[in-house]
Amino acid sequence: MMYYSRLRMLSVVGVCLLGLVLCAPNFMQRPLPSMPWRQIHLGLDLRGGSYLLMQVDLKSLAKDRLQSLSDGVRQALLAGGLGYRDIRVDAQKQQITFTPRDPSERDRDVKTLDAMPRVVPNEFSVASQPDGSVALTLSPDAMKLRAQDAVTQSIEIVRRRIDATGAIDPEITRQGEDRIVVELPGVSDPERVKALLGTTARMTFRLVDESAGAGQIAPAGATMLPDMDAGGQMLAVRDHIEVDGADLTNAGATTDQQTGGWAVSFSLDSVGTRAFANVTQANVGRRFAIVLDDKVIEAPVIHTAITGGNGLITGNFDAAKATDLALLLKAGALPVPLTVMEERSIGPSLGADSIRAGAISLGVGFFFVIAFMALFYGRFGWYANVALLANLVLMAAILSLFEATLTLPGMAGMLLTLGMAVDANILIIERIREEIGRGRSALAAMQAGFERATSTIVDSNATALLAHVMLFVFGTGPVRGFALTITIGIVTTLFTTLMLSRLLMVRWYALRRPTTLPV
Amino acid sequence: MFERPLLRFVRSDTKINFMRGRFAGLATSAVLSLISLALFFHPGLTLGLDFKGGIVVEAKTNGPADFAKIRAALAAHNVSTGGVQAFGGPDDVLIRLEADKNTDTNAVVDQVRHAVAEAQPGATVVRADAVGASVSAELFRNGMLALGLSLLMILGYIWFRFEWEFALSAVVTLVLDLTKTVGFLVLTHFEFDLVMVAAILTILGYSTNDKVVVYDRVRENLRKYRTMPLRELIDLSINETLNRTLGTSSTVFLAALPLALFGGATLSGFAWVMLFGIVVGTSSSIFIAAPLLLLLGEKRLRKDVRPPSA
Repeated sequence: MMYYSRLRMLSVVGVCLLGLVLCAPNFMQRPLPSMPWRQIHLGLDLRGGSYLLMQVDLKSLAKDRLQSLSDGVRQALLAGGLGYRDIRVDAQKQQITFTPRDPSERDRDVKTLDAMPRVVPNEFSVASQPDGSVALTLSPDAMKLRAQDAVTQSIEIVRRRIDATGAIDPEITRQGEDRIVVELPGVSDPERVKALLGTTARMTFRLVDESAGAGQIAPAGATMLPDMDAGGQMLAVRDHIEVDGADLTNAGATTDQQTGGWAVSFSLDSVGTRAFANVTQANVGRRFAIVLDDKVIEAPVIHTAITGGNGLITGNFDAAKATDLALLLKAGALPVPLTVMEERSIGPSLGADSIRAGAISLGVGFFFVIAFMALFYGRFGWYANVALLANLVLMAAILSLFEATLTLPGMAGMLLTLGMAVDANILIIERIREEIGRGRSALAAMQAGFERATSTIVDSNATALLAHVMLFVFGTGPVRGFALTITIGIVTTLFTTLMLSRLLMVRWYALRRPTTLPV
Repeated sequence: MFERPLLRFVRSDTKINFMRGRFAGLATSAVLSLISLALFFHPGLTLGLDFKGGIVVEAKTNGPADFAKIRAALAAHNVSTGGVQAFGGPDDVLIRLEADKNTDTNAVVDQVRHAVAEAQPGATVVRADAVGASVSAELFRNGMLALGLSLLMILGYIWFRFEWEFALSAVVTLVLDLTKTVGFLVLTHFEFDLVMVAAILTILGYSTNDKVVVYDRVRENLRKYRTMPLRELIDLSINETLNRTLGTSSTVFLAALPLALFGGATLSGFAWVMLFGIVVGTSSSIFIAAPLLLLLGEKRLRKDVRPPSA
């Protein structure tokens, strides 16, 4: 207990020096771009910015899939010459059921439907039911797989859209099964971002069904959609998609040379170009609707066949709307809708105030603790203070190494760690004092002090550690930052008090060989 | 101060008979906790945005704020005008709106931004928080889960390292501490949110730490003084660790004090609750946890010795 080997001494000092080196990146510029450079990030509450928690609407994924499958079922049965009635979609059971026209056709029904293409393996199963109907059931496992894909894909699209807005250092992370967290430093008004992310941006080109007049009921195979170009009047648009927006390769905001208004130009890939050419060639003189998220942007009359794969959308745009639409089209459609469930935005001035408040508190608190230790524990108190400083450096070093985010509660966590850290020193010094009181020699008292206090220190820190690990697991945002700093702080505390301050005390004893201790 | 300590809390030969006041301590604690419990049910905690859901928008206007104008603009945007308040300086405006399950907090917060911009051109939104009802329910559940699990793990750890009498008296004491903190929150109207849960967990961690140190000494003395009655032994252990108990609570108190004074709106509530918790946690180690240990352990921990006839 009273002896430190040279190696042990060097390694304790080495760790402290390493801590200093690891802290350095927080205070200086990176000298060479190739150097590893890890530093603490400031949380949104300190630098200002927005935090958005978005829910991925997975329910709509199953609903949409059931809808498209029920269309598929109709077509497959029709193509096979099989009759049916009472076709029903049960969203609860994730099932499509129908009754065959002729009970003897049931086996052929099952076989025909079983041959339908699946998006993922074992996506659905088909079976005849005891009541004589046939049921197609989505498999929950396959849906889970698709849901995971949808979330991953959504994150990718969200990233593309946000990158296109020019945001600096955006952080997009998945949270749980169906949540996405978007953090935007420096963006204190996230309204535009929210609008961009809240749009699914699924664009389709479909023919207008001209057998129905405005305001009438949609004919079979068509849906009434609002025409934004005509003040929201309802327009019958065929359900069949001629060209899908997924075939777009590029889009940009531009001005329409004829009208001088804003427009969005787009180009299609080879598949899209061919489809676009075919449909425009066959339907000259008819109206072609450009539909975005169940709203008709415009429905111009086809004058000539468009074979080049390039086109222009001229809705009622201003510059901002045209830019955003082009951005959305280029980034691609979200596979599922996203909704914002939580928004927290902080202006830069409040962030600066918080940094100031945190720094002042940290400074004053540090001073109080140091003064207390000096007044109540003298020389050994100063050793504890040296350890305290090392503790602060090591905490900052570990936070930098993890590239952790420092939040305002995190700064509070650091300060409280400093307050708690001296506890270990107090335990040791008080113990030494007691042993002296029992008449032990200086050496024996120090030895007993270190020995006895160590298990107490470990026990008391372990319980504190448990509480904060729980907080880290169940907390969110800034509170997690608090739990993280305290958890790291407990580890650095154990090192600085059990290793460093003891080393100082032992070295002092070895050099001076005092007969009485300053306690 | 550079060599010898200048100050001490108590002399090394201090012998205070803490256990004489054990019933008074327990009774006071029980009464305070019962009052806190009553306060919890009526008027109840002031739930913060995290746990209640809703919208808080803080704006700084260019020159003194015109509240009537802001209310009118909010009304024009179909937003309830009830929550417009002054706070801080004359150019600070706080808009606080509650949300229920059907409120689209996301859309409303944008309306509030627009209304503020229209009513007070040049105003900046300093902070805007919008939490949907489903998220707040989840945050609340997670907060409570963290609290409950922490208590269980502390119970398990002390049980594992000591005996069940120690674990049980520690956790009962912690629950008593916790109820008093809740009472404090109700009386001070500090908002109960995730940051407060963090404060409470820190208090739990600190308070446990304090009890573990006393228990550690009790355990050591149980081995050392084989025949000493438990009551005397606990008193001895508390007295021996008294300087340490007061020293550590002072340093933690001193560390938290600047947060309460200069920490700003976000941290000062947190820090005041911490300060309260430090005082409660320190005193409960001596006046609650130790007497409970005496009550629970009198028969078992010292089987061979008859308890003193006091």
